[in-house]
Amino acid sequence: MLGYEAVILLLAIAGTIAVVFVGLSRFLGPRNLNEEKTTPYECGVPPSGTARERFPVRYYIVAMLFIIFDIEVVFLYPWARLFRELGMVGFVEMILFMLVLLVGLVYAWRKGALEWE
Amino acid sequence: METLSNYIADYLELSGLAREILYAVLIVAVAAGVFMVALTISGLLTLAERRVAGRIQSRVGPNRVGPLGLLQWLADGLKLIMKEDLVPAAADGPLFRLAPYLVIVGVFAAFVSVPFGQLLIAADLNVGVIYLLAITSLVTVGVLMSGWASNNKWSLLGGIRAAAQIVSYEVPAVLAVLSVVLLSGTLSMQGIIAAQGGWPWHWYLFHNPFTFLAFFLYFTAAVAEGNRTPFDLPEAESELVSGYNTEYSGMRFAGFFLGEFANIYLMSAIATTLFFGGWQIPGVTPEQQATSWGLQLVGLLIFVAKASIGCFVVIWLRWTFPRLRVDQLMSVCYRYLVPLSLLCLAANAVYMLLIPAGSMIDRIIHYGTAAFGGLVGLIFLWRVFHHIRSVGDRLDLNVLARGQKGRFDPRIQARRYGKFRKKRYSKETG
Repeated sequence: MLGYEAVILLLAIAGTIAVVFVGLSRFLGPRNLNEEKTTPYECGVPPSGTARERFPVRYYIVAMLFIIFDIEVVFLYPWARLFRELGMVGFVEMILFMLVLLVGLVYAWRKGALEWE
Repeated sequence: METLSNYIADYLELSGLAREILYAVLIVAVAAGVFMVALTISGLLTLAERRVAGRIQSRVGPNRVGPLGLLQWLADGLKLIMKEDLVPAAADGPLFRLAPYLVIVGVFAAFVSVPFGQLLIAADLNVGVIYLLAITSLVTVGVLMSGWASNNKWSLLGGIRAAAQIVSYEVPAVLAVLSVVLLSGTLSMQGIIAAQGGWPWHWYLFHNPFTFLAFFLYFTAAVAEGNRTPFDLPEAESELVSGYNTEYSGMRFAGFFLGEFANIYLMSAIATTLFFGGWQIPGVTPEQQATSWGLQLVGLLIFVAKASIGCFVVIWLRWTFPRLRVDQLMSVCYRYLVPLSLLCLAANAVYMLLIPAGSMIDRIIHYGTAAFGGLVGLIFLWRVFHHIRSVGDRLDLNVLARGQKGRFDPRIQARRYGKFRKKRYSKETG
């Protein structure tokens, strides 16, 4: 085992202790719910409309940019790990890869994907 | 872990099943220990934040519960357990209940591969760096889930802002970390520390000017990923009440809160590991350190000291800087941090190809960068003293101060204001 048993155990222990604490508060804390208390909080006035609203399309663009760059990073990590062995060839290949991505960033920039009004 | 287990098993002359059982028991004990350490650290950090904030704002901060207020975080925890666990009627119940667990589990599981000392690491994973970056992404899911499930407009706005911010700043953070991976040629946390040295000019921070820049990129991005001021838009209290955790109360709220503070320590610990030489003692080689328990302890203290300074800087930033706007936040990330971190990475690759490791030029660049860093630090300190002197104050670094006699002492305040209150009371009634 490469140490992942400790990871899995810690996940289990953290989850269990969190559940235990929340469960404890169920027994120790008061429970007197009423309609006023369980309405969404909107600064004390009765809530107007639903919160299942549409939100700005900008956030979707951010998500797309993230996917592009995160996949780039996924490719870069093995390269960085093996850079010493790959030498000059690896360097040139990765610079080309990064340039392609940089062109993508410039395109998004010029298209106004980074403007936030 | 396995080495420790084998060592004890050999010592006790165990074999077969007994050996396996010993290993299982040890692993469970270590995992539970790591969790308790992480919990204590984040609890103490909540106290540290309030004490430091107090000193920055010329007040004392909590100092009543236990000596110097050191038990305040336990009292807060107890108070939160005693609170009502409220789930709004309109909320999406299962998701609302699940979200805080994801935050807690995501942050606390990352402590598995934090190298507190040469031997004090629960699991030195061979992909340690990627593991840390990946497991903390659970926080994004938890935060977005809490924001959407609350069915509250403030929470929704906070949740999507948090998701956009965390995923955006993940890119420069990961690219800055990549520079270090490039130089060390390993993803293991212990391997990265072992590739550095004890003295500042052996640290990756001062390896060359581009790693120096990479550290600042990583630190900025990590502060933003932790939703800390000046990047605390997801929980901006003056705009969104409390952002994604508006509807949470009691222990579920405590889950988000502990997660946030554990995350501060985690990012400081990662910065210490990657850029500040971790547990390396100046003038002592790792081989020498491995043989002595005393040196192990010194290494642990050095690591904790470096990480605590990092935490202090994060807290300090929060009480010094105003908040950014959401458009500024995104343009800083994609227009400046991402291109700069790509530049850092490419420059480090060029550096490795052009300058052979250990050569004269290599060492001169290390010393030069370290000298430059020291100079920047000195100029900063000089400005601090200059400003303090120019307003006619004196430097007071005593974070644990019990307060100035007379101004904060409750006995003197009671003597002063108690009488006043009594007089007014008697006037009103009589």
